[in-house]
Amino acid sequence: MALLKELLYNSGKPLSEFYTWMHSVWAGWGMPGFLLDFIFQLVIVAAVTLILVLNALWIIYYDRKISALMQIRKGPNRVGPLGLFQTLADTVKLLIKEDINPKKIDILSFWLAPLIIFIPTFAVFLVLPFGSGLIPADLNIGILYVLAITGLTVIGILAAGWGSNNKYSLIGGMRSAAQIVSYEIPMVIVILTVVLMAGTMKMSGIVAAQTNYKWFVIPQFVGFIIFLITGNAEVNRAPFDLPEAESELVAGFNTEYSAMKFAFFYLAEYTNLFLTAAIAATLFLGGWEGPFLPPIVWFFIKTYFVITILCWIRWTFPRIRVDQLMQFSWKYLLPISLVNLIVTAIIIKL
Amino acid sequence: MIKAPFEMEKISDEEYILNMGPQHPSTHGVLRIVLKLDGETVSGLYPDVGYIHSSVEKMCENKKFDMITPYTDRLDYLSAINYNWAYVAAVEKLMGIQLPERVEYMRVMLAELNRIMSHLLWYSAFGMDVGALTPIFYAFREREEVIDIVEGMTGGRLTHHAFRIGGFKNDLQKDFLPRLEKFLKKFEDRISEYEALLINNVILASRTKGVGILDKAKAINYGVTGPTLRGSDCAIDLRKNSPYSVYPKFDFKACTGKNGDTWDRLKVRMDEMRESAKILKQAASMIPAGEFCAKVPRLIKPAPGEVYTMVESARGEFGVYLVSDGTDKPYRIKFRSPSFSNLSVLKEITIGAKIADVIAIMGSLDLVIPEIDR
Repeated sequence: MALLKELLYNSGKPLSEFYTWMHSVWAGWGMPGFLLDFIFQLVIVAAVTLILVLNALWIIYYDRKISALMQIRKGPNRVGPLGLFQTLADTVKLLIKEDINPKKIDILSFWLAPLIIFIPTFAVFLVLPFGSGLIPADLNIGILYVLAITGLTVIGILAAGWGSNNKYSLIGGMRSAAQIVSYEIPMVIVILTVVLMAGTMKMSGIVAAQTNYKWFVIPQFVGFIIFLITGNAEVNRAPFDLPEAESELVAGFNTEYSAMKFAFFYLAEYTNLFLTAAIAATLFLGGWEGPFLPPIVWFFIKTYFVITILCWIRWTFPRIRVDQLMQFSWKYLLPISLVNLIVTAIIIKL
Repeated sequence: MIKAPFEMEKISDEEYILNMGPQHPSTHGVLRIVLKLDGETVSGLYPDVGYIHSSVEKMCENKKFDMITPYTDRLDYLSAINYNWAYVAAVEKLMGIQLPERVEYMRVMLAELNRIMSHLLWYSAFGMDVGALTPIFYAFREREEVIDIVEGMTGGRLTHHAFRIGGFKNDLQKDFLPRLEKFLKKFEDRISEYEALLINNVILASRTKGVGILDKAKAINYGVTGPTLRGSDCAIDLRKNSPYSVYPKFDFKACTGKNGDTWDRLKVRMDEMRESAKILKQAASMIPAGEFCAKVPRLIKPAPGEVYTMVESARGEFGVYLVSDGTDKPYRIKFRSPSFSNLSVLKEITIGAKIADVIAIMGSLDLVIPEIDR
């Protein structure tokens, strides 16, 4: 019981104790140490992937329930208790559907696109601080790694748009490229402001800089709002869902995709949503910090709080137009975030 | 497949052609639109109609007069009662049937309920067109109630076949007026709720204000009618300008917009629902007792002659031109449908807009495809 409590509240210590103990046992068997490290890493990756896939399934259910709440209906309530297995049933359906390849596709980019979108999304989770000591890999350039890896998804969407050989898909892909590139800049500047305040790019360092409830959301409220907006644009959700704008572009870049390839896009979108919310929680809401409950629980509470805000925005706003999208980023978000950065820098220097 | 004029010519390397429809989520049926695009900007547009042509006019020539009313339901399935009305009014005018006053009031009430139904559906569909997925559920909550009221009276929910030549099949249901009253009590507030939800939204306003401007002269030249025309600051409403039935007895106004842009057309429709509610309130308090059907001969055989009647439907002027040769079937029937003229103006007001605007402008014209193709 005490061990469990220790594991939940201060995971770093028992885990590292377990690690050194395993190493001694391993050495006693006369095996090389790097093999054990490799096995450890595999286990961590498998665990993270498993948690994230399950989590993505749950987020889809959560989003649908929120939308049902806003649209005065009930939402999924048939499969399993409270409809909890609805997403699972949908996934199984998508798995056994026919995988359609249209005739004139560019087969390489058409097949690679779902993977290019899917893999970086999961790779980012390696640096998310789920709790104190619960970081799969605490890189010293953590947040930079996040930005670099998430920037890859745009290649996937562009490849999907090009490979489908469909004008609607191509327009969707081009829109997505323009959108993600122009929204990444204010986002980077906002993150830079946070890094400036924390003095480190390490994810655990950023959380540590906010201990004792000095959360960055209070001094950086403008930054938080800009981060939410740009994050929402990065994951292509309404009102920034132009790449898949259902009413204009049929389904945008994933018009021609079906079965499991479509499911990959879908899963990646929701994982990205979780990612954006998790990073917002880490950068602005103090990460895992909170009273009474274990850190990992607080991390998820904060993440889901941000997800709820994003869902709320999604289900209330109409879609923005493509030229307004660009204007909004370059004329408003970028100057505001720059001013925010400069003011923060001056205040810190004083 | 018909080729658009600009498809025959050589287009520049900067431009490309995009085929929208007939199967597209936002063309509201089987309308095909060929677009010439420069990036995202529209530089050419050509609507191709006729995919759902069902030769209703020709079919009517082989049916007896009282069998034609259901066909008019199917022309504009969203505003079916108004379409019934234009047709039965044509036959009644040709035969010189005097209607009891109660019938006129009943018709006004059903027609206005129908207008509310149609505008609520337009509101929901427009929300979907601009990417707002929530308004439809709120609008359908009220639309369902209106449909229930009309269903109680006519038995139908979409194609009601509400009117008969000379009046109605039955009198108003006992609970019709109480239910109507209950509905009207909350409806005004609900319209404000819809406006807050979609029409006054910042993003929507910035997307629709100054987009797709249709000036008054152009609108009249193209024969545009209904809310689309009134959005261009032109107060022409057939209920006012060439009054039919008992409309002159009611106090209501023809709502107009100022600039003729997309947003004005939205606002006009929202205001029109308020006016309809006002008319309904007055009609419910003024309705006299009496017969629900005039004396009509068993065999409807109008004297030879021709007649044109028109009503203000939810989309604009719907006219019926009827020629009788003295037999029990019409010699020729011609429907003047508002969506056809309203669609013709689409090209004029979309050139230079973005793809997303095409959808928004088309939504604001409130097209129903079966009545374009007939």
